[in-house]
Amino acid sequence: MSYLVTLTINRVPRTVELDDPRVTLLDLLRERLDLPGTKKGCDRGQCGACTILLDGRRVNACLALAISHDGADILTIEGLAEGQALHPVQAAFIAHDAFQCGFCTPGQIMSAIGLIGEGQAGDDAERVREGMSGNLCRCGAYRGITEAVLEATRIMADTTQEKAA
Amino acid sequence: MNRFEYVRPRSVAEAVAAAAIPGSAYLAAGTNLLDLMKIGVARPERLIDLNHLPDLDIIEQLPDGTVRIGAQVRNADLAHDPDFRQRFPVVAEALLSGASAQLRNMATVGGNLLQRTRCAWFQDTASACNRRAPGSGCDARGGENRMHAVLGWSEHCIATHPSDFCVPLVALDAVVEIEGPAGRREIPLADFHLLPGDTPERESVLAPGDLVVALRLPAEAAGFAAHARYAKLRERTSYAFAVVSAAAALRIADGRITEARLALGGVAAKPWRARAAEAALAGATPDAAAFRRAAEAALAEARPSGDNGFKIELARRIAIRALTLAAAGTPDRLPALPASAFASSSTPRPRGLHV
Repeated sequence: MSYLVTLTINRVPRTVELDDPRVTLLDLLRERLDLPGTKKGCDRGQCGACTILLDGRRVNACLALAISHDGADILTIEGLAEGQALHPVQAAFIAHDAFQCGFCTPGQIMSAIGLIGEGQAGDDAERVREGMSGNLCRCGAYRGITEAVLEATRIMADTTQEKAA
Repeated sequence: MNRFEYVRPRSVAEAVAAAAIPGSAYLAAGTNLLDLMKIGVARPERLIDLNHLPDLDIIEQLPDGTVRIGAQVRNADLAHDPDFRQRFPVVAEALLSGASAQLRNMATVGGNLLQRTRCAWFQDTASACNRRAPGSGCDARGGENRMHAVLGWSEHCIATHPSDFCVPLVALDAVVEIEGPAGRREIPLADFHLLPGDTPERESVLAPGDLVVALRLPAEAAGFAAHARYAKLRERTSYAFAVVSAAAALRIADGRITEARLALGGVAAKPWRARAAEAALAGATPDAAAFRRAAEAALAEARPSGDNGFKIELARRIAIRALTLAAAGTPDRLPALPASAFASSSTPRPRGLHV
């Protein structure tokens, strides 16, 4: 039996035929839709490397069955930059050296965008660290990550104010 | 992961009928179930997807002040609901001390109640485990067991229930609404999970097909909002299960405790309501001596199930800490590190905390 799943991925509607209900969103993106930017670390919801935005909320793609999310809107690391213009969180990660090997970085960046959207951390470094605790970095770039998230929070708030003005 | 049939019911009645067929399992977020399926601990033949059912994701206040929380409400949505966190701050604090932000965005209220133990022997299909494979034995008894139960365990199983959320819920007299093949019924959360005894494979009162549809907190539980805290000791600062935890809720009038609630997490196969401690606190002055007496009462029956005798004193201390924090008053805003035992730069701590 096969299943049809329709998803909007990085603003593009995609209909996928699944021959197996076991496919996670992570495997769908990486293995079937040629979007390998979302990383498979532990595949058990412990490391955060697979973080994507699902209907605007950060989630672990490894623990979500694609078939159960029929109709969802998905944003991955590939959908952030507009042409050569990086997303403010991407730019802040580069400015603050917020990575070393880079494997966890797509998940860190997607998680940071989710965190900033949730609006619970603000300019409090301790709340940022707590809010990012679902993303492990084995290179230990946490200091740069926290600085990058704080700067991106400020830049995105300023941009929002400019747009409102 | 084994192959399974995927079923998407359109109503609760359809879901219950489908799930009553042997080999079925409900799929809520899947944050625990998919994990267990990947390691072969759970092998359902059929998944009944609850994510497209209407009306299960609503938080509503009933006319008498009871709050009713649909089973599909996500942990983060409940913790950040402005009315809910104001009336039940200890529940919000427990929720936000659990898992990660990503998992809290996915995980559901019903799934949290029904999550399985994180006992390593339960998760390893090569090990003997009476909970996973009845009659096979318990490798945890002679193995690495420092995190295991100190209350309510049996020689057949020494696993703990890992939930933070359930700890304040059981303290506040939460009620579980169940829809099943035999109709609708409700049961206090305190009676929902089962201690292992001779049948550790039976973890709750649910029968095949039974679906948790909602949780209720009575209006009077909001009367503890001014003095209610959750405290949780972990082996790292964040994103870890409790070694031990405690939810404390007090009503204080004229310098005396008029009513107390205390429950412990990480100590047993169910969230552990400490009624003897509550009785010891009623009428007492909220001070260190009273809290120490309450903690002694809460752990009076405790005994090690292995290399975990330290958890008994640790549980006493986390109970005292939660009571001390509760007596000092619920903060307007939760601390940066919810329920953390560590000092936080942005949240001053009451005096005399280090016991």
